Amino acid sequence: MVLAVAGMTFLVLPLAGLLVRAPWSTMPERLAEPQVLEALRLSLVTATIATAVCLVLGVPLAWLLARVPFPGRRLVRALVTIPLVLPPVVGGVALLLVLGRRGLVGQWLESTFGFSLPFTTAGVVVAEAFVAMPFLVISVEGALRAADLRYEEAAATLGASRWIVFRRVTMPLIAPGIVAGAVLCWARALGEFGATITFAGNFPGRTQTMPLAVYLALETEPDAAIVLSLLLLVVSVAILAGLRDRWVTSA
Amino acid sequence: MGDERVSGHEPDPGHGEPQLRAHLVVERPRFRLDIELTAAAGQVIALLGPNGAGKTTALRALAGLTPLSEGHITLDGRPLHLLPVERRPIGVVFQDYLLFPHLSALDNVAFGPRCRGASKHDARRTAGAWLERVDLMEHAAAKPRQLSGGQAQRVALARALAVEPRLLLLDEPLAALDAHTRLEIRSRLRRHLGDFDGATILVTHDPLDAMVLADHLVVIENGGVVQQGAPAEVARRPRTDYVARLVGLNLYRGVADEQQVTVGDVVFSVTERMHGPVFIAFPPSAVALFRTRPDGTPRNLWQARIEGIERHGDNVRVHLEGPIAVAADITPAAVADLDLTAGQEVWAAVKATETHAYPA
Repeated sequence: MVLAVAGMTFLVLPLAGLLVRAPWSTMPERLAEPQVLEALRLSLVTATIATAVCLVLGVPLAWLLARVPFPGRRLVRALVTIPLVLPPVVGGVALLLVLGRRGLVGQWLESTFGFSLPFTTAGVVVAEAFVAMPFLVISVEGALRAADLRYEEAAATLGASRWIVFRRVTMPLIAPGIVAGAVLCWARALGEFGATITFAGNFPGRTQTMPLAVYLALETEPDAAIVLSLLLLVVSVAILAGLRDRWVTSA
Repeated sequence: MGDERVSGHEPDPGHGEPQLRAHLVVERPRFRLDIELTAAAGQVIALLGPNGAGKTTALRALAGLTPLSEGHITLDGRPLHLLPVERRPIGVVFQDYLLFPHLSALDNVAFGPRCRGASKHDARRTAGAWLERVDLMEHAAAKPRQLSGGQAQRVALARALAVEPRLLLLDEPLAALDAHTRLEIRSRLRRHLGDFDGATILVTHDPLDAMVLADHLVVIENGGVVQQGAPAEVARRPRTDYVARLVGLNLYRGVADEQQVTVGDVVFSVTERMHGPVFIAFPPSAVALFRTRPDGTPRNLWQARIEGIERHGDNVRVHLEGPIAVAADITPAAVADLDLTAGQEVWAAVKATETHAYPA
């Protein structure tokens, strides 16, 4: 009991600290600063695009892992979850080595399409998606494993091809798992720092997301860092709560 | 039971190839299903058997959900077993219906026509017509969890029939219903099966469902066919203990010599004249019990011990052990008169006119 309270205090106290130390009097001006809004906009946009990318690539991957037996499946599952345990900075370095200007794939991208990922907004999305995708894959794979396969059999007897079964039966059945996975994925992308700063750098308006702005502000102007942190906290809590309510009412 | 259906659609080899002809072999560890099935257009075949006999496996094999180890399925002269599930012209009603929980009743029924190429509008119109036929149009917008068991069963039937299948497969279609709903749904189902012009295979472990709904029974035990025939025929002449129990008869294997059948130490006199191995069957109600040896012929008479007494409908069922194990139904008054208790020695007799002997 004591330990539980200690645990809760440990989690809640820092958040309370943010509220206590916040420069409430100058809050409106600080929030209205173009740099703040720019970083917020960039964070929301990149996290959302990264989540979309994760959905497009992650759901089929989860399906493959959950439903198609193939040799080395356990190895693939382990590889897919590596970004969960990998320090994000290491992820960023790895991305640079592969997708950087002189990287294995990056070189080819640049010579073929004249297109380079590092230090661009697209690079931010790549870094966030890399770090956040395992959350989605694990959540969706769990939902797929728990789903009743007999509904898919019923759909097949009605003439549904594999793709139609997936789109019209499997997807709706695992929707709660997909939503949960997407929310986790989005939250992880929003807070992503290490891989982003390593792979995409820290250019205001282009690759400087909120977490980077917070870190930078802490060096120069601690009050601004608190404001940015609070803003990030409020935005994530608001969006998660909003999604949750929508989900609960529609379920 | 079911006598009025005997004149229905018996398989008629004179009228060319039956619509469905199948030899189903499914090998599993410690289990092998190996049965042959034929069905004419419009005919309803019931696969009857105890749990684990292989009924559902046979149905899944017909649907293509379980691959055949060997054998073939021919429907309308074409090899069905070569087609994937989604291209087979079948409709399946699953035991717990498996209505898609996220779709309305109407969209559940429209799912099949839509998958088979109908436009959204046409599929919904077809679905509406089918819901009309099962009297559920007012529940078209309801989600499956808002439907009662009987309503869900009717939606499942409409969904299976809406694709205009050539072969209808029903897996325990009434098992999930309570007794009252079952009665109503059974007669509705019978009407819809009567209207359906393709072949129907019905899996059930309930003899009443099988008798009422089917033209032809196929009894399966341990993966093989042990008896088949018209419902009345199967009910009158059971050939295994399982079937005898289902139809409520005492069944023994014996040896006949003229109008006399010997089963172990007991000799029965019967009305049929036969020789060699026979079955002899008689209902529990044909057995009379006595405290002392009754006078007269020693035939159809044996000494037994009461193993147990239980209530059975309006009567009392007495289980007897001795030279043969027999169930006897007597009135509660008779139990009181004879002062019967478990463990007691009694004499049992059965009237010759109530026994029925037939070749084994």
